[in-house]
Order: sequence, then C-alpha cells, then structure tokens
Amino acid sequence: MIHLIIKRQDSPDSKPYTQEFLVPVTKNMNVVTALMEIKKNPVTKDGQMVNPVAWDCNCLEEVCGACTMRINGKARQACSALIADLEQPIRLEPLTKFPVMRDLIVDRSKMFEALKRLKAWVEIDGSFDVGRGPRLPRHKQEEVYPISKCMTCGCCLEVCPNFSKDSDFIGPAPIAQVKLFNTHPIGNMQKADRLEALKDKGGIASCGNAQNCVEACPKQIPLTDALGKLNREVNIFTLSRFFDF
Amino acid sequence: MSQGDFLLRRLHSLTGVIPVGLFLLEHIFTISLAIFGAAYFNAATEFFGNIPVKGFIEIFFIAIPLIFHAGYGLYVALLSKNNVFTYSYFRNWTFFLQRITAYIAFVFIIWHVWALRFGGAGLGSVNTFEQLTQIMSDPCYFIIHIIGYLAVVFHFCNGLWGFLITWGITTGEKSQTISQVLCLSLGVLLAALGIVAVVMFKGGI
Repeated sequence: MIHLIIKRQDSPDSKPYTQEFLVPVTKNMNVVTALMEIKKNPVTKDGQMVNPVAWDCNCLEEVCGACTMRINGKARQACSALIADLEQPIRLEPLTKFPVMRDLIVDRSKMFEALKRLKAWVEIDGSFDVGRGPRLPRHKQEEVYPISKCMTCGCCLEVCPNFSKDSDFIGPAPIAQVKLFNTHPIGNMQKADRLEALKDKGGIASCGNAQNCVEACPKQIPLTDALGKLNREVNIFTLSRFFDF
Repeated sequence: MSQGDFLLRRLHSLTGVIPVGLFLLEHIFTISLAIFGAAYFNAATEFFGNIPVKGFIEIFFIAIPLIFHAGYGLYVALLSKNNVFTYSYFRNWTFFLQRITAYIAFVFIIWHVWALRFGGAGLGSVNTFEQLTQIMSDPCYFIIHIIGYLAVVFHFCNGLWGFLITWGITTGEKSQTISQVLCLSLGVLLAALGIVAVVMFKGGI
C-alpha cells in the first residue's frame, strides 16, 4: 500500500486540512495514478468516506504543466513523479504562491496576466500584411528554442523567494518569454513595448538573483541567462531613450 | 510614474558599489595599513582627516547614498520569502545570506559610526592607532567588530556578483560562475586583511 498525506481545501475561502490515504500499488505508478486510485475509492486511512481529491492534469507527459503541485515539499509535476522514486509517506500539497481553488488545484491566471502585459506573442493582425520576416540563423533558433518549451507550470515562481502574494514581481517564466519574442524577426517589431513593460513595477528589476528558477525548471529553460541578457537590454534601452541614441 | 520602482532598484544596486562600495574599499585599505605599523595608519588617517571639503564628501558621497541603500534595501529584503531549507541550492543560500548580512551590517554600521565617529565609545572621533588599541582591547568591541566586518565584506562581495548581473555585464552561466569565484576570492582577501588589521589594533594575538 502507498501512504499519501494530502493537504485539502474545499473552496478558495475555506480553511485547509489534511487527510491520509492508503492506495494499492499498481505497476509503474506515478502520483497521478495514485490520485486516480483515490478517486476510485475515496476512503481515508481511518475508513471514512470523503469527497475524492480534486487535482488538475492533462497531457500526462510533462509538457502541459497542469498537474504541478508540491510533492514531498518540492514543486514538480505529478505525472513525472514516479511513486518508486518517492519517499513514503508521500505528502501532496497545492502550490503555495497561487490562490487555491480546491484541494490541489490552483489558479495560475497571474502568469497569464503577466504574459499579456509583456505582449508575449508575435503580432501579425494589423491593418496590413506584414509578410514573412527574415529567417533566423540556426544558432539563434537553438538559443531561444528552449524558452518556447515553457509550459507556465509555475515551478520557477513557486521556488522564487522574490515572488509571493506580498510582492508584485511577475516572476522568471513570463520575463523569459520576452527574449523569445524579441528574437523572433516579426515579434521584434514590438521589442520596445516589451522592454518598456519589463521596466514596470514588479518587472525585471524585482529579480534578486537567487537563481532558484533555473534549478527548479522541469524543462531546463536557461531562465537566468534570459534574465541576464534582458537586464542588459533594458539598461541599454533606458539609456538610449534618455540620451536619444 | 510606474517606472519609479525600476529606477529605485537600479539606484539601489548602483549606490551599493558606487559610492558605498568604493568607500568601503578605501576604509579597508586604510585600516589594513595598520598591518605595517602604527605610523603608516596614523599618517593615512591624518591625510583623510584633512582632505578638503571632507564634510561635504562625508554627507553626499557616504552618508546619503548609504542611508538610501540601507533603507530601500531593508524594504526589498523584507519583501522576500526565504526558502533555503526547502530549496537548498548554493545561490539560494547566498541570496539568503545577502539579506542576513544586510541586517547585521545595518545594525553594526549604525553602532560603529555612533561609537567611533560620534564619540559613543567615550573617545570622541577615533582616528589614531593608539585610540583603536584602547577600544579593541575591550573584548565586546573586538568581537562585535569582527562579526560586523565579516558581514559587511560578504554583503559587499556577494553584492558585487549581483551588481554584475543587474547591470548586464555577466549574463551567462559561464561568466556568472567566473565572477562568483572572483567575488568570493575578493571576499576572502578582504576578510583576511581586516581581521589581521583589527588584531594588530588590539596589539597582536
């Protein structure tokens, strides 16, 4: 039997509580399949019938980020957390830096708002056809491709000491997207808007260089590299505006 | 203005090195002259004590930038939620220690300036090797100075590493690793210089 201790919460405003479950072992189990077992038979360790534990999941192959939660204290995806590799009892908790909707489900719309603020897209809808931009050299493609693997799972924000409910820092994941879209030949047309947005309150200057983000990123995105290069660009951009060069 | 925050953060980073960091280096240079003997140290403090517009320099190049760096830094440090025990990465620890040493330095510098510059230790403005010998012979003054000094040196050298990132000088992993080694080496050197100097003031081991 697998022993799970789960931090639960019935609604966004209610108080959290913990419940323990024992689930039968199946072959090649991960945290998602363990949660599915609870759904089949939502009975706690003490034999009490309860509401099944709510959680989010989608792709089941660590590319969507939906099942991100704290597993034994660390933020990671439930689908790629194999039971065989985890120490028991396994503690499951929702992410701490986002509002809890129910049980292990959190509301990460803060990240989406940040992406909107930074114009993290390639703008092609306008009054005329912008056509194709110049092609990117291979080395540039390889430099920014890892950033496109970001699944806005929230791990980097969860581990960042400067990202919290008290601070307005938008966090590393949205900021890194600026590098991706500023490198894109057509995306580059909104470069000034994005750099300007990075200078707003809670932008790049709120980074404290703890560099936990790059350690925690499940997609190995070079977040601190992007932050460093954007620091340079934002500084030059600011000076260029001031001295008009 | 929504970008006031950006400018304040950059100013905070800048003041930590220019002028506060430069003043710290001058200060360490002066006290480390004690290693060569009382005469060298006394000559240096006499030189710095008699430079023109000293009061102006003290207020506008040391006091005001330092007060801004400390005040705004305190606000920034209190916003962070440290998590070194959950995520014990090396740079998370240096991030955490940067804030701990900031708090120590904050209290230490206020006390140090009060005691040695404004006569809190009962000797007026302390300038000579002989006065420092008298002060450092008190174990409390000696130990607090060693702790405060080490905190200041760590805060400056690790802060220098962050400064290089903030200003876009070291952007990649490689340059940040090299600058880390250089900054920590500078820290060890400065720590050794200062400790030897304070021990010399005390009159040897």
